[in-house]
Amino acid sequence: MSESIKNFCGKGIAVRGNDIDTDRIIPARYMKCVTFSGLGAYAFYDERFDGAGKSKGHSFDDMRWAGHPVLLSNANFGCGSSREHAPQALKDYGIRAIVAESFAEIFAGNCSSLGIPAVTLSAADMKDLQTCVENSPQTEISIDMENMTIQTVGKTWKAAMPETYRQALLDGSWDSTAVLASSMPEIEKTAGSLPYMVL
Amino acid sequence: MSGKSLLEKVWERHKVKTLPSGQDQLFIGLHLIHEVTSPQAFGMLKEKGLGVKYPGRTFATADHIIPTDKLHRPFVDTLAEEMLQALENNTREHGILFFGPDSGKQGIVHVIGPEQGLTQPGMTIACGDSHTATHGAFGAIAFGVGTSQVRDILATQTMAISRPKVRKIQVSGKLGAGVGAKDIILAIIGRLGVNGGLGYAYEYGGDTIDALSMEERMTICNMSIEGGARVGYVNPDETTYQWLKGRPYIANFERMKAFGEEMRSDGNAHYDDTVLFAADEIKPMITWGITPGQVAAVDEKLPEIHDLPEKERETAARAYQHMGFSPGETMEGKKIDVVFIGSCTNGRLSDLREVAQVVKKGRVAKDVTAFVVPGSQIVAKEAEAEGLDKILIDAGFQWRSAGCSMCLGMNADQLKGRQLSASTSNRNFIGRQGSPTGRTLLMSPRMAAAAALAGEITDIRKM
Repeated sequence: MSESIKNFCGKGIAVRGNDIDTDRIIPARYMKCVTFSGLGAYAFYDERFDGAGKSKGHSFDDMRWAGHPVLLSNANFGCGSSREHAPQALKDYGIRAIVAESFAEIFAGNCSSLGIPAVTLSAADMKDLQTCVENSPQTEISIDMENMTIQTVGKTWKAAMPETYRQALLDGSWDSTAVLASSMPEIEKTAGSLPYMVL
Repeated sequence: MSGKSLLEKVWERHKVKTLPSGQDQLFIGLHLIHEVTSPQAFGMLKEKGLGVKYPGRTFATADHIIPTDKLHRPFVDTLAEEMLQALENNTREHGILFFGPDSGKQGIVHVIGPEQGLTQPGMTIACGDSHTATHGAFGAIAFGVGTSQVRDILATQTMAISRPKVRKIQVSGKLGAGVGAKDIILAIIGRLGVNGGLGYAYEYGGDTIDALSMEERMTICNMSIEGGARVGYVNPDETTYQWLKGRPYIANFERMKAFGEEMRSDGNAHYDDTVLFAADEIKPMITWGITPGQVAAVDEKLPEIHDLPEKERETAARAYQHMGFSPGETMEGKKIDVVFIGSCTNGRLSDLREVAQVVKKGRVAKDVTAFVVPGSQIVAKEAEAEGLDKILIDAGFQWRSAGCSMCLGMNADQLKGRQLSASTSNRNFIGRQGSPTGRTLLMSPRMAAAAALAGEITDIRKM
């Protein structure tokens, strides 16, 4: 079993915008690799650096927020390509939880597989939280997976996430291979019942 | 009592059990892998000391990083060479069939699956690629997965997933001249939005869809994910069965057809939602922004930001800034720099025929770089047998070898600077075609061909 994740506490880093796709999170030209290690250097690469490699002042490189583990974004975060390189790059950079207004489906599944809570807030609450982190970078954000709330000093917001992903994080079954492999007889029975690719 | 949809039936046949998290453990009948999203999965297996449960249910090809000009090994790009070698080694070690560059059958994973007859009605199909819904055209439940799930499927032939709801998308009536499958799916995404399909599988039906060829149905299912739906499918019918008949992996035609008929949605199936489209209202479509939902008819005025729903305004403002377009303009007449014909959306033989048909009427405009990348080595061979390559080359196109190419710019085929590309691919995200400042317009093969000749966006209906 993997580690149970009941809560997470850390400082926030806002990357505002709707429809931030996985090509923007990691451009395809940085996926020429056979392992996921070191991808953090390329997270949001084209948004962070110009053609000459000079920093554009993205929050990932701004000393006030750089390295903070709770990423705050807006609607449809992680849309597009299924590349797990995207959440892997964010994880390698140091992101441990993502809060957004909504997530694309494959991206949310990838986060779940990696044990990264991907939690949603309403649009209005998210703007509040982002503004809070932009004005006070040292704000500690506490994500309570059992009660599905997000807290900062003096404020509590109601959060949400698909119940199955929440359960997998709480009971430590998010690293799914062992759980799936424990059903080999049932798997073989299903395989044997199918009328195609009779092997 | 209402009947069942194909999704429901296929899910029931492939469900192994309900997991403690509440997700289903779903058996994956066919697993397709490629060089970008699989090496890490094999690495994870090694770390966990696991093998491949059913190597005969996984098939591999190389498509994303493959060069389309100089194919000799080792590749000039050493990283691409390393990725291809990793796939060669992993497939050899685990006894997985690899349709490599020397096989004569290599190509984009979503082109070769159907081409080989691996894709069949009623299957569950997974691949570490979001355009896996393409296979849904055959009445399969097919979806993209991440690398951790590729690992799980290799190890157990199953994955943890929740059953989606089903939205029926009913398209009725006759399509106008110059309007095709790409225009239908762009119109659907334009209306329902890029995340309208979140949590849904899209079942495409209606007499317009029924009348489409398998290639056209694949174009539509392919872009389901651009509308936020991880799964898209069309119920199998005689068109499906006849298209598959005689292909290498159709071991038993009657059994394949019988299973397809059994899995078809019942006439009184329950749908969580139904949306209607009138085919005769769909015009040639073209994207103007940075998401596939930012799309308009070729002669339609681009929207004023304040006329859009509030949640779309931020992305629209960013789109106008990146693209250098303004509200109130039409796309017709925009000068283009590059034309890309290819991808898992529109890189099949029928697409190349459509392009050749338009291109016969002229030559590629001066200052436009136009190239054709067939979806597979077999598509290339068939096109060459028909003389399509000659028509295209004579008109000024470059004729390349099979791969994903400039759809995502992982090989040397990339936009330069702010070039504007007329592309038959599926995504117009910022930086998608290899240049961080590059700009992409998505459209049908016919519209892209017309743009190549005119050097600017042209209404195919006027040609």
